Amino acid sequence: MDAHVAQLQMQYRNYILSLYQQGFLDDQFTELKSLQDDGTPDFVAEVLSLFFDDCVKLVGNMARALDQTGTVDFSQVGANVHQLKGSSSSVGAKRVKGLCINFKELCEAKNYEGCVRCLQQVDIEYKTLKAKLQDMFNLEKQIVQAGGIVPQVDIN
Amino acid sequence: MVASSEMMSVGIGGMEPPPLDLDEVHVLAVDDSLVDRIVIERLLRITSCKVTAVDSGWRALEFLGLDNDKASAEFDKKNNIKKLKVDMIITDYCMPGMTGYELLKKIKVSTFPPIFDSGNNLFESLSESSSFRQVPVVIMSSENVLTRIDRCLEEGAEDFLLKPVKLADVKRLRNCLTGDVKLSNGNKRKLPEDSVTVDTSLPPPPPPSSLTLSTNSSDSSPPLSPVEVFSSPLSSPEEDDDVLTSSPEESPIRRQKMGSPGLD
Repeated sequence: MDAHVAQLQMQYRNYILSLYQQGFLDDQFTELKSLQDDGTPDFVAEVLSLFFDDCVKLVGNMARALDQTGTVDFSQVGANVHQLKGSSSSVGAKRVKGLCINFKELCEAKNYEGCVRCLQQVDIEYKTLKAKLQDMFNLEKQIVQAGGIVPQVDIN
Repeated sequence: MVASSEMMSVGIGGMEPPPLDLDEVHVLAVDDSLVDRIVIERLLRITSCKVTAVDSGWRALEFLGLDNDKASAEFDKKNNIKKLKVDMIITDYCMPGMTGYELLKKIKVSTFPPIFDSGNNLFESLSESSSFRQVPVVIMSSENVLTRIDRCLEEGAEDFLLKPVKLADVKRLRNCLTGDVKLSNGNKRKLPEDSVTVDTSLPPPPPPSSLTLSTNSSDSSPPLSPVEVFSSPLSSPEEDDDVLTSSPEESPIRRQKMGSPGLD
């Protein structure tokens, strides 16, 4: 059992490191993890869940705003981008945040094609992150079920 | 650094109610983003603060009793209900409807002069906004815009935090607050800066109330009505002689001395 736990833990460590290395997560995610303790074991999961709910809502709003036959209200799109940028920044969703920064400029330039493309990227990106983090949480669960402790991963 | 006697009474994570509510720092957090509210609430709880999180400037004003609801103001006065004890307000800058900057201004403005009775005792000011003028207001923003920061500081903001907010930022704020709080006589509290309104027509203070609000929810539930939490009046820095007759922010002499930037 110990070998199994050790293997899972190593898998977990490598997985987390890869998420950072590939730019999915930044140090704000590390910060969030540090706020979690034995008394609040679901804190990170809870925050991320709210973040992904936010993504669904905001992407929906942006899609609707960009789907106007006639004049597109770019300030409306921009307002939603601003919100998404904020929450992605707060959870450490680095790639999503980066896309939002571009997106904001495209809104300001009233670049319709650019905005539509960027929205598609945002949609893909948050869903990708969601899947990755789900895998991460599953690994955590496996470790705990195998009787181990989820390791603290040192990102450097 | 936080005095050990204060830390003893407030557990990390708020496991049990402290022996004296007066020791607890209560922070009102304002942010339209649910994600950010959850995070800031966690950060504050870790630093031993009680937190009420609301989702807009209007809710914040409502919670503070500053929303010009005449009915509730009259009710409070009649029943000698003290306003809620709030030690710090931390608000997002960019919010729909009312920005954090606008909220800051509303909190800092006092438009009515204090009123004295025939015994030269100070009545509660007509404008309740004077009650919270001294409460430190911290602004959070994701944009590092110097003009924005300057504007906020000029209007009397205590500090400006760049988002995403980190534990180190909140710890720093918490330490600043603690520096202003001193305990005296066991159930009184000296709050020269971060004070709360006082109903000065009360008789001598009864023992501290054990009433606490269930403000530890993380959603933007409807604001709580003012509750008697804080039963002893503020004491002035010169001790207790004039405790019942004046409060720091409402005394005209003190107001001049403090020269609050938000007055104009």
